[in-house]
Amino acid sequence: MQNEQKPLLSLSQLTKIYGSLAANDLIDLNVFSGSIHAILGENGAGKSTLMKLVYGVETPDAGEIHWNGQKVNNWNPAVARRLGIGMVFQHFSLFETLSVVENIALTIEGSRPELIERIRKIGADYQLEIDPMAMVNSLSVGQRQRVEIIRCLMQDLKLLILDEPTSVLPPQHVGALFDALRKLQNDGVAILYISHKLEEIRELCDVATILRDGKVTGTVDPNQSTAQELATLMIGRSIPKIDRHDSQNKTKSEVLAIRNLSVKNLDPFGADLRNCNLNVFGGEIVGIAGVSGNGQQELGRIISGEELNSDLNPSSIEMFGQSVKGKGVIERRDLGFSFVPEERLGRGAVPSMSLRQNSLLTAFKKGMLKKGFIQSDRVAEYTDQCISEFSVKASGSSATANSLSGGNLQKFLVGRELCLQPKLLFLSQPTWGVDVGSANEIRRKLINLRDAGVAILVVSEELEELFEITDRMYVLRSGSLSPSMKTSEVTPDEIGEYMIGEKREEMDHAISV
Amino acid sequence: MTPLEFFLSGTMSAATVFLLAALGELVAEKSGMLNLGVEGMMAISAAVGFVVTYQTGSHIFGFSIAAVAGIFVSLIFALVSITFLANQVATGLAVGILSLGVSALIGKKYESLTISAPDPIFIPGLSDIPFIGAVFFQQNIVVYCAILMSVMIAFCLNKTRLGLAIRACGENPKAAEALSYSVWKIRYGAVAFGGMMAGFAGAYASTIYTPLWADGMIAGRGWIAVALVVFGTWKTSRIFLGAYLFGMVTLGELVVQSLGFAVPSQFLTAMPFVITIVVLAIISADMSRLRLHAPYSLGETYDGSESR
Repeated sequence: MQNEQKPLLSLSQLTKIYGSLAANDLIDLNVFSGSIHAILGENGAGKSTLMKLVYGVETPDAGEIHWNGQKVNNWNPAVARRLGIGMVFQHFSLFETLSVVENIALTIEGSRPELIERIRKIGADYQLEIDPMAMVNSLSVGQRQRVEIIRCLMQDLKLLILDEPTSVLPPQHVGALFDALRKLQNDGVAILYISHKLEEIRELCDVATILRDGKVTGTVDPNQSTAQELATLMIGRSIPKIDRHDSQNKTKSEVLAIRNLSVKNLDPFGADLRNCNLNVFGGEIVGIAGVSGNGQQELGRIISGEELNSDLNPSSIEMFGQSVKGKGVIERRDLGFSFVPEERLGRGAVPSMSLRQNSLLTAFKKGMLKKGFIQSDRVAEYTDQCISEFSVKASGSSATANSLSGGNLQKFLVGRELCLQPKLLFLSQPTWGVDVGSANEIRRKLINLRDAGVAILVVSEELEELFEITDRMYVLRSGSLSPSMKTSEVTPDEIGEYMIGEKREEMDHAISV
Repeated sequence: MTPLEFFLSGTMSAATVFLLAALGELVAEKSGMLNLGVEGMMAISAAVGFVVTYQTGSHIFGFSIAAVAGIFVSLIFALVSITFLANQVATGLAVGILSLGVSALIGKKYESLTISAPDPIFIPGLSDIPFIGAVFFQQNIVVYCAILMSVMIAFCLNKTRLGLAIRACGENPKAAEALSYSVWKIRYGAVAFGGMMAGFAGAYASTIYTPLWADGMIAGRGWIAVALVVFGTWKTSRIFLGAYLFGMVTLGELVVQSLGFAVPSQFLTAMPFVITIVVLAIISADMSRLRLHAPYSLGETYDGSESR
């Protein structure tokens, strides 16, 4: 039936080139009113670039965009919005120091009381309630997403683009989002839904276009294809399963212990840490789940030693049985601690420095210095070892860090730390923005490392990842840690309840213990 | 006029220089542009304003051309830092230093000449009230205009769509662009507005407050205006209070000297700067206040395309 209808939006041979890389290569795509159309692909497959072209944020290098059968020239966000295209960004385009209604007033005409009235009405119609007077910086990530969706709904909406909308939501809130999207679909709105999560696409969408390396590899009905078929289209081969097994040789002594840790945050938009208790033993992987912005960064900086809080109790943070209060990053590394931060460029690596120089930064105690002078051959040897052991794709050890793709740089950084043979490893979002293949390799290495007796702590937003590799899990929400849970005895839904705070009493109970 | 009346009415007059320049810098910084060339813009406008007023005898003409000079200098800053993406701090300093030099050149032939300041406005009734009339209602029209400007700018930034757009650009230019606001236009406009206000401040200093030209007469007041914006944590009302506070300190220096206290004059001249440093240190220690009002992308070059 849809094929007789004229497409609302039609892209033909759309191409976008960044440097020598074709991020989008001759893309053809037809989107119909009243359909939820998935754009499926791995990180780096070109999904986000394609959406930026559709929304007019970027200009295509070749190809045409047709709207209702008419060719549109001079495509830009203003034109796109006038035609009725709205976009909900992955990293929100909201202004933190403005209120909800002020943010909306930036794009929608109308007096303030009028806008407030309309925000309330749309909130009620679509079950997207939000306080129009609230400041954006006080809103949770899920609420910010609502604001963006409401902002799109306040224009005469024909096509809504959502970029990985569920990546920021706890599982329980996904259902409400899907309900709102289905209601929009019934109202005749076309929806472009970008995701790399196969299951949710099978649940929600009626067409799926799959991208790989900037090219369309297929357009299918997701309900008629198996997850395995979709995965094959997406990565070009089937995904190797990680063989999950529980820790066998957990040690008796705590390698990392955090007790009754409370830290007041100076940044009003950050989270305070409240009475956190956590321990990691040798030979186990412990995960911290939760939506970011709930104290992950703050906790991470305290564990890494980047933030030395003088008010802490000496017993509130211990490594290898001794207090590390007041000990800086280097002193902690000397004890056998190692750390991979979530921002690869800037915190994990110096972007403009070569891989060699970047390995020197953390591994300089591995015989790389003689009386303060750099032993270049030793540095090169160490770097080459990281590159080959972790199959990093780089033009060599003298390539600069920012010339590597996200996945390869992450492999290199994890490799750099693992080659130090740490006894305690702390990773934050270890596979964020990393392609499926590399992510699997990294996870496998972590499990091997654990089996060799290393204590590993992983902070991640991806529940699937935590369920794949961890032995125990905590949930961090509003700066409080949940009780420890055995991964094999807990379900994603239970973790989700902690993420949205439905298990509040138990958390309070955990705090009072 | 009693000494107290002189002190208070002089405070209003001295504060106006700070207030005009700081209001302009506030608008520029709200859009994300940190223009450190205020001192230079004021100096050039002071020289131009003085020369034009001296030659034509018209203060209005002097003010207008001074504003044009301020805008011109600010546009050089905008061109280099917005269009050519140069570092804002370096560009602002360079343009500021250049302008200081140019101001000396323009004013060379007029060194130490004086003109007569226009008469203050005399409001029948109000100006006759004892004390209050002498302090508040015998001021130059520019003093009142500056106060009016503060109210208008506060209203514009907080209650109008234009104000929202300016703040949006300073907060998150990428997002503003995605909402189809032209960051380029808004920032150019905000910087030019800052230039115009610095122009008024300069002209006020050289043709009304102290109606003479001397090389280096701005004497750091442009820097105080920049500091005032941080001092007032980017809020118009606090900047207003800060400007009047500094006006008072400036006047205090004169009063203490004229009363013959044995305080070295260098110490008093340094006071506004010492106070600025102390207050800035106190304010910066309270991160939450800074974070709530400071434009998040202040001083960051925005290249218009998404880096990927």
